[in-house]
Amino acid sequence: MTAYENIQVGDALPSRDHTAGIVQLFMYNAAIWNPHRIHFDHAYATQEEGYPGIVLDGPLQGDWIGQVVTDWIGADATLVSFGYANRRAAFLGETMTAGGQVEAKDDSTREVKVSLFLKNAQGEVTIPGHAVVRFR
Amino acid sequence: MAELLTPEIKARIGTANPPIRVEVTRRDIQKYAVSTGQKARKYLDGDEAPPLFHFGYSMEILPPEALRKDGIAEDKLIPPLPLKRVMAGNSDTVYHRPIRPGDKLVITRVLKDIYQKDGKTGPLIFVVTETVVTTEAGAPVLNETTSLIAR
Repeated sequence: MTAYENIQVGDALPSRDHTAGIVQLFMYNAAIWNPHRIHFDHAYATQEEGYPGIVLDGPLQGDWIGQVVTDWIGADATLVSFGYANRRAAFLGETMTAGGQVEAKDDSTREVKVSLFLKNAQGEVTIPGHAVVRFR
Repeated sequence: MAELLTPEIKARIGTANPPIRVEVTRRDIQKYAVSTGQKARKYLDGDEAPPLFHFGYSMEILPPEALRKDGIAEDKLIPPLPLKRVMAGNSDTVYHRPIRPGDKLVITRVLKDIYQKDGKTGPLIFVVTETVVTTEAGAPVLNETTSLIAR
């Protein structure tokens, strides 16, 4: 829960680590009805497409940075816009850190702009993102 | 730079897929929420859909024999491109109201633009699509702009 008045530009949003296992990845691809083999067929992903392992879905990683925002605002604000970009691949078993920070506040609209990131253990950003939320 | 985009390809800009009609169920929201590791009760209980829940509605439901060898369904909106290595680019969504169980939604995907740029390693083709989600009555729910990059 976040009070608009206490938010300052530069504030870090609470970060969270995600390590998708094969069961979670199966559930995700079943939930979105995604039969793309690089997300569940290890032999296909490595031998046919040359990846080092099973590939994490980009939109799953996008969802993880979305949760940084939705968990931060709770019921105090609504999501106005949210975007993410697929920059690098990430693979099954990697621990990914989702986080973000406050970039701008607009007192006239009570809107707050945040930047978001998902990083791998090497610190490389695989999915950058951004969101605008409007506080009540 | 050599123009890779033929008039036939460019003529497809502005075309749309036939609208998809879906009925949102609590169970579908719960499955999505659990599989993405959500913490918020409203998502886990299926009272409201997380922001990217609608992504699954872009997946065409086809039998295995209708899919390509890699498991992907052919994207009928996007014409065959002269560059074959396709990667997902950006996704940007503007939200008008949350998706909730019981919603009857109409989802339309429009080909907004196809253009070419020269990258450091050669030509790139950018494909921009917009997914428009409304209620059956036509009230806006969300608009998602997505880009693909072919190299």
